[in-house]
Amino acid sequence: MVSTDDLLKRFTDGDRTALSKIITLVENHESSFPDVLDRLYPRTGKAYRIGVTGPPGAGKSTLVSGLVQRVRADDKLVGVIAVDPSSPFTGGALLGDRIRMQDIGIDPGVFVRSMATRGSLGGLAEAAGDVADVMDAFGQDIVITETVGVGQCELDIAEACYTTVVVIVPESGDAIQAMKAGLMEIADVIAINKADREGADRIARQTQAMLELRGERNGWSPPVICTIASQGDGISDLFDQIEKHRVFQTESGLLKKHRRGNVEATVKAIVESEIHRKVWGERSLSKLHSLVDEVMGGKRTPRQASAEILSMIDGR
Amino acid sequence: MERKIRVLVAKPGLDGHDRGAKVVASALRDAGMEVVYTGLHQTPEMVVEAAIQEDVDVVGLSILSGAHAVLFPKIVDLLKERGAGDKLVIAGGIIPEDDVEELKKVGIANVFGPGTTTTEITEYVKKEIASRSK
Repeated sequence: MVSTDDLLKRFTDGDRTALSKIITLVENHESSFPDVLDRLYPRTGKAYRIGVTGPPGAGKSTLVSGLVQRVRADDKLVGVIAVDPSSPFTGGALLGDRIRMQDIGIDPGVFVRSMATRGSLGGLAEAAGDVADVMDAFGQDIVITETVGVGQCELDIAEACYTTVVVIVPESGDAIQAMKAGLMEIADVIAINKADREGADRIARQTQAMLELRGERNGWSPPVICTIASQGDGISDLFDQIEKHRVFQTESGLLKKHRRGNVEATVKAIVESEIHRKVWGERSLSKLHSLVDEVMGGKRTPRQASAEILSMIDGR
Repeated sequence: MERKIRVLVAKPGLDGHDRGAKVVASALRDAGMEVVYTGLHQTPEMVVEAAIQEDVDVVGLSILSGAHAVLFPKIVDLLKERGAGDKLVIAGGIIPEDDVEELKKVGIANVFGPGTTTTEITEYVKKEIASRSK
């Protein structure tokens, strides 16, 4: 077993194996993880964080691969966090995003890490945010987080990114109607991928119209870019728009506000998970079980039972 | 929290048949593991880079082209060179009986040929990883 000090030293020297080991210990919440994150935190804050989300099969990984190559043309270092769902039944996951990232496979300026959701919603955002911090501290100039966008957890992750790209395809059509409430609201830039397919123009127009209806928010109206990621078409335009959004946020002071909001959310999330951990210790869990028996026996109501547990905590 | 076993399933070399690799990847997932699949046509450098970035516990190599005698030792050597020689490296595909002993000598922990059940593989991986983390 390597010591934390040794690992951190190798990390500081730019050892990618050490970076990878630190990501693992953070992701697994090994005992040293709070200490490691605290020691790395002063090095964070330099990386620009981009989120890429959209329905399954929209071509997110291919698009991310293209964006990474575009960023590498400027000689900047990139970290990619590719998130895929865990099975709620077995806890296993098949992480296949690397299949679409062959072109960046052995570039020493790129570090790709696949993460499974591990059944948590808000918790995933916390873990992915921590991993982004680790990559930031390692010196990556840009960190891209890729998530499947259908539920709630990607919203939290999007909040932790400074620019969120929502990827849709011509076939998304009706799906957009259902998703726009959540997904479209978080978009800073929209990519219509597989734009060589039928219906691309129509969906681009519809999306544009929908955005115009919504109007500007904080002085930014999300641009709609057509891309064919598999051929590299439109990647440069997409990157230019991300860059434009970055400059806009920096100059308007929104980036600072965004970061502040992020810190607040992070502190709250940590407090909440610690409270959860502290409340459900051995004593309260055994109390819970005996109280449940009493509820089942008709002696108490669930509300009375919880009051009992809460009084235990207050009385500590 | 129970530590998740992470596995890289890789297809080094030039053959384009990944049905077997996908079946094994799915079986490992269904056994509760996190499986990263690389896709086809990987060079040893690509496999090793992916194994390091993903910090997997296990590297599973599938090959049907006959290039195992060259590619497998190279992958094992590169892993050691990069300080990742502690990973469990296993293999499957079309590998002649005569070559298995040679591969084991260079550091392939086990070779699973045609006819292996998926349960044999998942049980083997679980057992090996459990004995290592003790």
